[in-house]
Amino acid sequence: MQDTKAIIPEPASSLLSFVQSNTGQNISSCYQCGKCSAGCPTAYAMDIGPRQVMRAIQLGLKDEILGSSAIWLCVSCQTCSVRCPREIDIARVIESLRLLSQAEGTPPAQREIAVFHRAFLQQVRIFGRLYEVGLGIMYNLRSGHFFNNMNRLPSLFAKKKLRLIPQRTKGVSDARRIAARVKKLESELK
Amino acid sequence: MSRIGVFICHCGTNIGGVVNVPEVVEAARHMPLVAFADENKYTCSEVGQSSIRNAIAEHKLDRVVIASCSPRMHENTFRRTVTAAGINPYLLEMANLREHCSWVHSDARDATSKAIDLVRMAVSKVARHEALFPKQIGLTKRALVIGGGVTGIQAALDIAASGHEVVLVEKEPSIGGRMAQLDKTFPTLDCSACILTPKMVDVAQHPKITLLSYSEIVDVRGFVGNFEVDILRKAKLVDYEKCTGCGLCWQACPEKIPSEFNLGLGHRTAIYIPFAQAVPNKPVIDIANCRYENYRRWKETEEGEEPPQCRICEGVCPTEAIDRTQQDEIITEKFGAIVVTTGFKTFDYSVYGEYGGGRYPNVITSLQLERLMSAAGPTEGEVLRPSDGTHPKSVVFIQCVGSRDDKVNRPYCSKVCCMYTAKHAIMLKEHDPEVQCYVFYIDIRAGGKDFEEFARRAQDETGALYLRGRVSQIYQQGDKLMVLGEDSLMGRPVEITADLVVLATGMEPSENAAEIAQTLNISYNTYNFLIEAHPKLRPVETQTDGIFVAGAAVGPRDIPECVAHGSAAAVKAVALLSQDSLTTDPLISVVDPMKCVGCFACKEVCPFNAIEEQVTRDGRTISSINESVCKGCGLCVVACRPGAINLRGFTNQQLLSEVLTLVGR
Repeated sequence: MQDTKAIIPEPASSLLSFVQSNTGQNISSCYQCGKCSAGCPTAYAMDIGPRQVMRAIQLGLKDEILGSSAIWLCVSCQTCSVRCPREIDIARVIESLRLLSQAEGTPPAQREIAVFHRAFLQQVRIFGRLYEVGLGIMYNLRSGHFFNNMNRLPSLFAKKKLRLIPQRTKGVSDARRIAARVKKLESELK
Repeated sequence: MSRIGVFICHCGTNIGGVVNVPEVVEAARHMPLVAFADENKYTCSEVGQSSIRNAIAEHKLDRVVIASCSPRMHENTFRRTVTAAGINPYLLEMANLREHCSWVHSDARDATSKAIDLVRMAVSKVARHEALFPKQIGLTKRALVIGGGVTGIQAALDIAASGHEVVLVEKEPSIGGRMAQLDKTFPTLDCSACILTPKMVDVAQHPKITLLSYSEIVDVRGFVGNFEVDILRKAKLVDYEKCTGCGLCWQACPEKIPSEFNLGLGHRTAIYIPFAQAVPNKPVIDIANCRYENYRRWKETEEGEEPPQCRICEGVCPTEAIDRTQQDEIITEKFGAIVVTTGFKTFDYSVYGEYGGGRYPNVITSLQLERLMSAAGPTEGEVLRPSDGTHPKSVVFIQCVGSRDDKVNRPYCSKVCCMYTAKHAIMLKEHDPEVQCYVFYIDIRAGGKDFEEFARRAQDETGALYLRGRVSQIYQQGDKLMVLGEDSLMGRPVEITADLVVLATGMEPSENAAEIAQTLNISYNTYNFLIEAHPKLRPVETQTDGIFVAGAAVGPRDIPECVAHGSAAAVKAVALLSQDSLTTDPLISVVDPMKCVGCFACKEVCPFNAIEEQVTRDGRTISSINESVCKGCGLCVVACRPGAINLRGFTNQQLLSEVLTLVGR
């Protein structure tokens, strides 16, 4: 991901104004101390760390951020947000970047994570809660890792950690209404 | 025969815990000329001191050895003690049994034997001591302030406020210095001229202050309290007694010269005041550029083409104040104290070829930007590009130009550039909301009250984009400037198309700072910044008594620091001038005129310029020590080949007797 192409900075970029207005966070105030990256449990696996994500927003490097693995590897643990001396809710900012990347149709740098999120939400939409077997099937099919975790199934069934029959909750219709509203909001992002 | 008293101190357990004090006392009693020896738990205590006074009276002692701590600690205390008992304070000698013995040794037997040796040496030395008497010298109760920037103005006003006369010497036609060139000041955005000009006017109106503008220091003689200074008063060709400062002459003068005050961005005339609020608000004629003065020069040789005569100023002047007969003049004045506030100039960035070296009109310095922003500046406050007079929309600032760069021999941080650049970014946005500022920085140094908040404001509120990295190159492309740098936070090169590039040039001492320092015999560092006597504890004093330093001549400083140091130097000068006479320390060098051969090796090594040449009655030229200037460092004693110089209180004979005592002869 690390590029050597010259940056032509775009100070008042659409990216910056999008993130600032969507999250209410003042990204310009980030002074790049690096406390977020230093404490991030998944930064080791990211192509650019949370500090550089903030910097890229300041510089208006939209394509690079939306294509970065960082926004997908963030597990929203909020360690960065809690520790930020400039009081920026970094996890929230990264969440908004994930949304933007999906709205823009940018292929996620970590495809499986996006697939997992979608499969997860699909189960919630259908059943009003998580149906684990359905999530497993959908994830394996969509990710292409067809036999992922298959060897664990017998013991999970034996210990009754998984049930074959999905359970529905009473609030299924509510869950669907929420999903529909989220979809509408997402489409407005474009 | 002398009667020497020896007093050994336990210093609690500091000495007594290691050295066997009673044994030392017993040994002292048997030393030659010792009439009395005793010990004390704490000699410096009131009990200890009174026991000394009593012993002096009781045993008719005429010299005293106190064996205790370092003389740095208590020599003055004990000098007062013996003086109170009627003994000359210089007939006291101290043996250092603490720092030189008990603190550095653990073996009691060896330490005790060393203590006895130290006491024996002191006894033999004090036997050869002479009574010495400090001298009183008079002083001139006037102060000279060199440099009329904000520091000098502050120092002059404060000294004058204490009732002492002040002469303020400024080389330019007006006081005000660099601060007068600024538009606003950080972090409050106060209008610089609005807060400075009242002070300038105060200087002009203060009955105790004599303002010598357009003047320079030529020579300084004398010493603390009694300086004699030659001041060059450059010919102004205007009689200030007659001139009313009406301004008709400079409005009429046809000659146009790039204005120094506006850093070449505007023009002035040949008869001019540097800026509208100048103090004194009376013009000088720039002799090198005046048309009639050119004609007069031509007239002397009549070589080449005859230049036009002019004399328009003389024609329009309603008070006939133009005086072509004026000549440069040197006046000599006496002062008791001198405050040096020669200030700074900005780094000449033309050595940076990669930034255009002055070739690109739209690459300007921060001080030039100040002039462009100033309502009294050449563009009346419109920030316009020098090349075409358009409003720049994309402005790149480059910090640390001529700072933190070994390549140009400026490794120091100029301290103010981070802040004034933040100020410029904020103000440019206020001037024109469409402007986008980019700031290339290495670190943002915003230590100071409200400074960090101000620097953040430039980024958070005015949207200036700060890029961490030094710019590698600027080049012209069409009417734009391409700026190449790196964003070291992303680790990626950066390319910006700019309309205007502003270089935050660092501070360096004024042109003739080193020359003035040499004239005054004060030290300066390799960059020509003046050196204070102690960077922490004596920040406005110098190694030369009576000469004080303040402001940006000492190092990069901002306005509040300069003002504070100006006041501090004033207090030191006033403390000196408030005395009726000065007391000199008698522990100084003395020349034996019979032995001196006049080689003046002593003069070369003297760091204080205390050696003077003196002609004796039999016509020989020999050395003579100026007692007010000599600090008693002893360098001349070592340098003197015939051994003609002795340091009082540490004479060769006294020191030799100590050594001989130690080796047992």
